[in-house]
Amino acid sequence: MSLHTLTIHQLREKLRRGNVSAREATQSLLDRIQSVDGKLKAYLWLDAEDALAQADAIDRSGIAKNGKLLGGVPVAIKDVINVEGQPCTCASKILKGHTSVYDAFVVQRLREAGAILLGRTNMDEFAMGSSTENSSWGITHNPWDLERIPGGSSGGSAAAVAADEAFAALGSDTGGSIRQPASLCGCVGFKPTYGRVSRYGLVAFASSLDQVGPFTKDVADGALMLRVLAGHDPHDTTSVPQPVPDYTAGLGKGVKGLRIGLPKEYFIDGMDREVEAAVRAAIKKLQDLGAEIVEISLPHTDYAVAVYYLIATAEASANLARFDGVRYGARVTGEDVIDMYGKTRGAGFGPEVKRRIILGTYALSAGYHDAYYVRAQKVRTLIRQDFEKAFERCDVIVTPTSPEVAFRIGEKTDDPLKMYLCDIFTISVNLAGICGVSLPCGFTNDPRLPIGLQVLGKPFGEETVLGVAHAYEQATEWHKARPNL
Amino acid sequence: MQYEAVIGLEVHVQLKTKSKMFCGCATEFGGSPNTQVCPVCLGYPGVLPVMNEEAVSKTIRTGLMIGSKVAGFSKWDRKSYFYPDMPKNYQISQYDLPLCAEGAVEIKLDGGKTKAIGVTRAHLEEDVAKSTHFETTSGVDFNRAGVPLMEVVSEPDMRSPEEAFAYITALKEILVSGGISDCDMEKGQLRCDSNVSVRPIGQKEFGEKVEIKNMNTISGVRRALAYEIQRQTAALQKGEKVSQETRRWDDAAGRTFVMRTKEYAHDYRYFPDPDLMPVVVSEEMIAAARKLLPELPEAKRQRFIKQYGLPEYDAGVLVADTALAGYYEKAAVASKNPKAISNWVMTELLGKLSEAKRTIGECAIQPEHLTELVALVDGGQISGKIGKEVFAEMFDSGKSPGLIVKEKGLVQVSDTGALEGFVNEAIAKSPKSVADFKAGNEGAINFLKGQVMKLSKGKANPQLVGEILQRKLRGG
Amino acid sequence: MRKPVARRYDTFLNMANDTNQFDVGYVAHLARLHLSDSEKQKISAQLKDTLAYVAKLNELDVSKVEPTAHATPLANVLRRDEVRPSIDRATILKNAPEQARDLFIVPKIVE
Repeated sequence: MSLHTLTIHQLREKLRRGNVSAREATQSLLDRIQSVDGKLKAYLWLDAEDALAQADAIDRSGIAKNGKLLGGVPVAIKDVINVEGQPCTCASKILKGHTSVYDAFVVQRLREAGAILLGRTNMDEFAMGSSTENSSWGITHNPWDLERIPGGSSGGSAAAVAADEAFAALGSDTGGSIRQPASLCGCVGFKPTYGRVSRYGLVAFASSLDQVGPFTKDVADGALMLRVLAGHDPHDTTSVPQPVPDYTAGLGKGVKGLRIGLPKEYFIDGMDREVEAAVRAAIKKLQDLGAEIVEISLPHTDYAVAVYYLIATAEASANLARFDGVRYGARVTGEDVIDMYGKTRGAGFGPEVKRRIILGTYALSAGYHDAYYVRAQKVRTLIRQDFEKAFERCDVIVTPTSPEVAFRIGEKTDDPLKMYLCDIFTISVNLAGICGVSLPCGFTNDPRLPIGLQVLGKPFGEETVLGVAHAYEQATEWHKARPNL
Repeated sequence: MQYEAVIGLEVHVQLKTKSKMFCGCATEFGGSPNTQVCPVCLGYPGVLPVMNEEAVSKTIRTGLMIGSKVAGFSKWDRKSYFYPDMPKNYQISQYDLPLCAEGAVEIKLDGGKTKAIGVTRAHLEEDVAKSTHFETTSGVDFNRAGVPLMEVVSEPDMRSPEEAFAYITALKEILVSGGISDCDMEKGQLRCDSNVSVRPIGQKEFGEKVEIKNMNTISGVRRALAYEIQRQTAALQKGEKVSQETRRWDDAAGRTFVMRTKEYAHDYRYFPDPDLMPVVVSEEMIAAARKLLPELPEAKRQRFIKQYGLPEYDAGVLVADTALAGYYEKAAVASKNPKAISNWVMTELLGKLSEAKRTIGECAIQPEHLTELVALVDGGQISGKIGKEVFAEMFDSGKSPGLIVKEKGLVQVSDTGALEGFVNEAIAKSPKSVADFKAGNEGAINFLKGQVMKLSKGKANPQLVGEILQRKLRGG
Repeated sequence: MRKPVARRYDTFLNMANDTNQFDVGYVAHLARLHLSDSEKQKISAQLKDTLAYVAKLNELDVSKVEPTAHATPLANVLRRDEVRPSIDRATILKNAPEQARDLFIVPKIVE
């Protein structure tokens, strides 16, 4: 059995016993990447020598054998999270050649836990997109069908984990960028509660919505990763000083007596019939396992995409203003400073980023600020309140992650609005600041493409969400399926 | 037609904190370029700001000193505009919910009258970097970027450059005395922009307002405003219109130049900074700030008059400079003769300092030594004249007056035997003066006194010399 | 002077619907984003669709709703006024597109 197919908990067991070394684990991934990444293009950057050197250091220190949660486990990082000494381009030409000068908080956590920082994964430029087609460095392919997109924006991380090119990967989720690609690639993607994981070192897209989270091969690994990533960071003032439970120990309690809410607004016309069937079957499964199903309503769901595109782009327009060719990154010379700014940014940003900067700038500009931005913030309040009310009646909410499975490359690139609507089931979660996971719950028939189930929890309800996801996963075989590459 | 000016001022003050507003970099002035920087204040991808509590508490303290309403709920906003000195191309500032709203600063006018200049708001923001200009390029040093900056916006309550001058002076006094800022304009710790318009006297509506930037000294503010008021008045008198625009003061040329017109006004796109949580100012925070409030200048002046028996004028001069007042108080509080201390400070000390172009902070004389000097003079150990000599030595060397007197043998001679010797010698040398005195010219005794002082090298006790002379001349 | 500007809500609903007012050139200048003519045309058309879509927010009465700016209800998250080490100058200047005399160099700034 090749090491690269293992889950983290399986690999850790072998490392702890001394059956394998961190170098062997890393080498096995490098070999796998060597053999399949030419087709997938999940990785943007990888330094095999550096990865092996990290592994050797871990082997020498004995970390792999001690109790460290990720001792000797290589982890891939989305190209939007800073790792000191490694490139961080956010898949954008404007950061071409940029090297991070500091570690993100989550990266410090990974280092402390004994992880190996393996490489940088592809993404939509500045995390703006749902297909990873907006990367300036090329398209990542879905491991289940190379003609199709892996989802986005964290498409590289999702594809890498689904294709056994990584044991786990970090992603970021602003409107579904972890859950949607996890769903489309058939792995587990967890979006923590806003404030649960520090954003320090995550290049901001929309600061009030962004959250870092893990991609893993199963729910137990998700719990393990979350335990490493979560916790208070004094460098992020939106980080909440709340104790971190032992998510791994919390698994296995089952769903008996739990109330699972089904929002009627999420089972809509136009949804892929196979997706709906798979999700309905998953709900039936949870019911069989002892959960109580209650119908709930999230009445402002229909407004979520509009709210999201105003708030996210407004925040992004300011967040991306710093890319100006003065202190770092690429520069295009100009006649004067203003010309230099315009040309640098005009040449550095891709079409989707430009579109969103224009929308966000417009939504904040004099005369339109209240009609667009402030109004969106108010409707955000209504969406948040929808969830508060819903969670009075249930413990978790279950929905499809995405209304459809992976689509063909190029299918939606000319219609941004159609692309935006891919995120209708994931976006509200970020607006409300709650947590959620996507996990495999079936496949379409022909072609065979993964379908994702989304489980949502209350703020800081990660344990409950993981518990439900784990119970479902353990009762099914979907998570064991692997693409044929 | 007669015109009057309407002036409002925006004063930016660097707060005295050890570290920057949103990161731990040092705020110290004068560091080598780009050595007080980090990913946060350079606006690197992925960094986040964390607010300096000292900056918040100093702004609250300022609000209390100028009688503001300190907000219960205050938030931070992003103000967007592109400029190479702005690392993020947005400035973290406060838009609609500043920490302090309303308030007033009292200024003194000619003839002892006072006037309250309203303060619209005082809010907290971050300073920008410093640019140096070369032939075809500019260079940016980010050491200053992110230093806590408080903006105090006045109401358009001033009517003359003199009032504006008095306002900045008074505000500066408050901020220095409160330990909020050193307000050193040369170091850019206090900077000022102004809005000025002109209208016919009696008209209620304001005229078209012009913003003036780049007034780097307080006197520059006065000159710039005087120029601008004259320019606008002349335009109106000629029947021209004043256009709403931003102008730049050129101190060397002595005039203002157009920087940008209304069409190019900024669109700052303010919105709440999602990275920073609001500040909810609690009763405890206000109570804590209140504890650190300094005595306001006016209260201190009254106290000096009462506690130290000073004339109003002395108290006024001393209090006008917080450091000087502090110096005085250190010397006076231990002295039996605080009025004499004031005399020394007001005449000798200030004179010497201005001669040497030094500030009170750079003065070599310890306040305790001044107390000692006054005691030596009052106790008759040295004469007032010797006292001045000792003072000069103290100013140069920083030695204690007791040591100087001892080293130089300046102790006053009060020994009658020794004094009689000097008196006899003087009488013998000046028969004319003796004759004059005896002929009824009482004033002639002063010449003889002078002779005795000269013979004693100034050390003779002048009072005793007078007595002995009187006795000898009348008796003999 | 940066006094809060009072805004009237009612007038904005009309403006929001009036996408003819969308001047992509002006907005691109605000964002310091050089766009080619074809980019301008394309973005303009796409954003008109997007703006028409987001106009659905006008269906809701939000007059009594507080805006949400943060996803967590924290307040007063402050740090102590302590100096921390700065980053090495050579490291940050190495990342600069242009540098000289220990400064970040840009085309001459004219005010």
